[in-house]
Amino acid sequence: MAKSQSAALDRKKLMADPVMVGTIVVLITFLTLFILYPLAILLVDSFYGGEGFTLATFQKVMAMPTFRTAIGNTLKVGFLVGILSTIVGLLFAYVEVYVKMWKFVGGLFKVVSMLPVVSPPFVLSLSMIMLFGKAGIITYFLLGMEDNSVYGFWGIVIVQTLTFFPVCYMMLKGLLKNIDPSLEEAARDMGASRSKVFLTVTLPLLLPGLGNAFLVTFIESIADFANPMIIGGSYDTLATTIYLQITGAYDKQGAAAMAVVLLCITLGMFIVQKYYLEAKTAATLTGKASRGRMLIDDRSVTVPLTLLCSLATIFVIMMYACVPIGALFPTWGYKFTPLTFKWFGQVFTRYHGLQAFRDSFVLSLIAAPITALLSMIISYLVVKRKFKSKGFIEAVSMLAMAVPGTVLGVGYIRGYSGGLFHSANWSIFADAVVENGKVIQEAGALHGLFPNGLLGGIYGSAAILIIVFVVRSLPTGTRSGISALRQIDKSIEESAYDMGADSFKVFMTVTLPLIKDSFLSGLVTAFVRSITAISAIILLVTPSVYLITVQINEFAEKGAYSIACAFATILILITYGSVLLMNLFIKYFGTSRKLKPEKVKKAKTKRINIQVIKEG
Amino acid sequence: MSKEKKGVRLDHISKIYQDPKTGKDFYAVKDTSLTIEPGSFVTLLGPSGCGKTTTLRMIAGFESPDEGEIYLGEEAINALTPNKRDTAMVFQSYALLPHYNVFDNVAYGLKLRKVPKDEIKNRVMRILDLVELTGMEGRMTNQLSGGQQQRVALARALVIEPSVLLFDEPLSNLDAKLRVSMRTEIRRIQQEVGITAIYVTHDQSEAMALSDNIIIMNKGVVAQMGSPQDIYYHPNSEFVADFIGEANFLKGRLDQMDGDHAVLNVEGSSARVPAKAGMTQGKEYTVVLRPESAVLADQGGLPCQVTLSCFMGSYQNYHVKVGNTLVKLTDYNPKNKRIYQVGESCSLVFDPESVHIL
Repeated sequence: MAKSQSAALDRKKLMADPVMVGTIVVLITFLTLFILYPLAILLVDSFYGGEGFTLATFQKVMAMPTFRTAIGNTLKVGFLVGILSTIVGLLFAYVEVYVKMWKFVGGLFKVVSMLPVVSPPFVLSLSMIMLFGKAGIITYFLLGMEDNSVYGFWGIVIVQTLTFFPVCYMMLKGLLKNIDPSLEEAARDMGASRSKVFLTVTLPLLLPGLGNAFLVTFIESIADFANPMIIGGSYDTLATTIYLQITGAYDKQGAAAMAVVLLCITLGMFIVQKYYLEAKTAATLTGKASRGRMLIDDRSVTVPLTLLCSLATIFVIMMYACVPIGALFPTWGYKFTPLTFKWFGQVFTRYHGLQAFRDSFVLSLIAAPITALLSMIISYLVVKRKFKSKGFIEAVSMLAMAVPGTVLGVGYIRGYSGGLFHSANWSIFADAVVENGKVIQEAGALHGLFPNGLLGGIYGSAAILIIVFVVRSLPTGTRSGISALRQIDKSIEESAYDMGADSFKVFMTVTLPLIKDSFLSGLVTAFVRSITAISAIILLVTPSVYLITVQINEFAEKGAYSIACAFATILILITYGSVLLMNLFIKYFGTSRKLKPEKVKKAKTKRINIQVIKEG
Repeated sequence: MSKEKKGVRLDHISKIYQDPKTGKDFYAVKDTSLTIEPGSFVTLLGPSGCGKTTTLRMIAGFESPDEGEIYLGEEAINALTPNKRDTAMVFQSYALLPHYNVFDNVAYGLKLRKVPKDEIKNRVMRILDLVELTGMEGRMTNQLSGGQQQRVALARALVIEPSVLLFDEPLSNLDAKLRVSMRTEIRRIQQEVGITAIYVTHDQSEAMALSDNIIIMNKGVVAQMGSPQDIYYHPNSEFVADFIGEANFLKGRLDQMDGDHAVLNVEGSSARVPAKAGMTQGKEYTVVLRPESAVLADQGGLPCQVTLSCFMGSYQNYHVKVGNTLVKLTDYNPKNKRIYQVGESCSLVFDPESVHIL
């Protein structure tokens, strides 16, 4: 059997749609240039010595004791954080779905799941130091402990667990809600105790989901840069080691090899998580619960569980609250009253605050719509259309999820500082060589056009920061776009197509209006992620651009916590404000209201979940 | 509508799919040739997985055939995208645009064709009148009942005046009563407009009620094509006979020819049925007997024994055994005769003209 004719016809039909072909070409170019190429160049760089293939670079970095320790450190931290986050997340999810709790606890849960989304990635490290450090409010002033160190292994583990467990909580909550209560009721009916039901029914059903949550946090922890940077002290992880290798030792090739190691670890886990565990989770927990669950209202269960969770949430909220409060103290660690706004003033008068906020804001504002639109187009193509390179587009945009920011940053440095494929060194792009006033070598023919080689100009510019923002937020946007589009009956778009609309018209008049909510939340998510991003950015930012997160990181490292807190507070206000704005917007202009009149009441209280996994 | 009517011709069409589980290729539609006359109403009927929807989607342009060519009128349309084909489809799920109201849904295709505003308004209102939805044009589609949504979908397809109207099981989401009234409606509108219509369904009564011609498909190939009467009374295979209506199959060897009738030996008794061309002595033939074409009597037919006798209101339902063959009967006038009870021995009588030999 030959499917050649249909393939040829499908190709012909595709070619009859120039907008679609153009979009696909642009997408493939973008993904290749800014995701595949930087990663490929890392591989090439670390395996290619002056002449041909070599393992010398790897041997060199593997011989460094600091690097070997860093690998061990990273895996240890990641493993523990993965386990702790999954357990805490499971506890929260179980309490929310199974236990009858007081109203306000639900509100607390919502706040806790929201906080890591709107705050920059390293806020908890800051407050950890301020509360429990050497001069911490709790450890020094309340408990009188003299020399309490939060730096190092446990500091990172605690901070990362607190940062990442909401992700597990959200994931597991969704899964628990999908378990049909009648399964557990059947087990109870046959005489199993509650704990027996949990161990023999709920837990086994949830197992792949737990594995999934564990791996997701494991990857997040490994990729996290900012927390180990601030609270790690001398305890280096892979991400920080790579950063220091570039900024401290100026060893770009060594950093490239290290980045390859880090990438291999995260990529391996990502593949297991994505293609094995996710499929398994979907297989065991499909469909919806047939009816509501009888919530546990036994006081001996509800009181301790609710109490435990409430205390934990209050602790987390306190940690976050520490940041704005910390910014109000006159001198951290010495003088707490009277509260003052002087640090906020100094942010703007002395520390380029205005410029930092302007740059961060403008760059993120440019990146957000690009990201949102790109991810919606990718989701549309992946879900609704069939064409040859679809698998490539889907795989590469998901691949970006597994790439730690630090790795991407190193890839961009290696890939673009000398132009595309180091083209600045090619003779046609090379500058003239002048010795003793004599031209020994003429300038290359294209030197005038591209003095830095092909695309070399974007290195060090604001453009590359925007591109990094886009690439870093693209996977989350695409993922939520895909799930939104899967809910729309395929024949709705087909009917428009059948009525005579071409792909572009279908996308603009049908697809986009139908996923307006998802588009909006993708827009805000991209904005929030961009304005709070640090890991890749810190490697690429040049002195001409000030970014808030880079500023916070700098002051936190210097120990100027009050300034860092003041910066962070304003940043949280901006991100929280934009999320509020989005919710308002969706409430009044969103599609859900118009399309489902019977659900207006529900829509009012509904918050759009921003699926953000914090980058470090 | 003044537009020239066009027929549809499928010329040795095949479509190959890959089985997602085994990864093996198989023919969803195999070497199918059809001619659909301009202005006629043709139904593609068959069990699920027989290739009828695939065929329809190939005509619409959503799928590309692997072999063969599709013609709309005289034009080969294989390489045309759905939006360039002069067809309009009514979807199973209606596929109305949920963010538009009724008017905008119907006007969508006209707007794409850049028809002037006044004309759009006229044409939309005229079509809404035809489908009896006048006054509903401002409603959002989720404020309509299933039947009304179906009418909007039909109006939307009709308003662009396509050469061919395609229906993909449009009534399967409606309740039984509405289904019956909607199918009369669809037939009325098709006749009024005089448009060529191709209709996919697995519901045989729908096919009977609607069509000029029925195409029965099975496993990717056309099993039989003909008028509803033709297919019911002269099925060409056991599959078709069984799929359309209920059928009993009596097997018997040809004893002798009797003019244009054949005498078969069915389970040891003689049965006289209309012969078909080229029958040979001693060979086994299958006779199709519809449940309503035979009655029970005390004598004069094939001896049989009653195994089920069930009063159904308008008819009496019998299962009888003729030798080892089970025969199902529906007797629509049991009161005039006696009702046979389970275990009784009696005789199966049928008019030779009401049976058909395969």
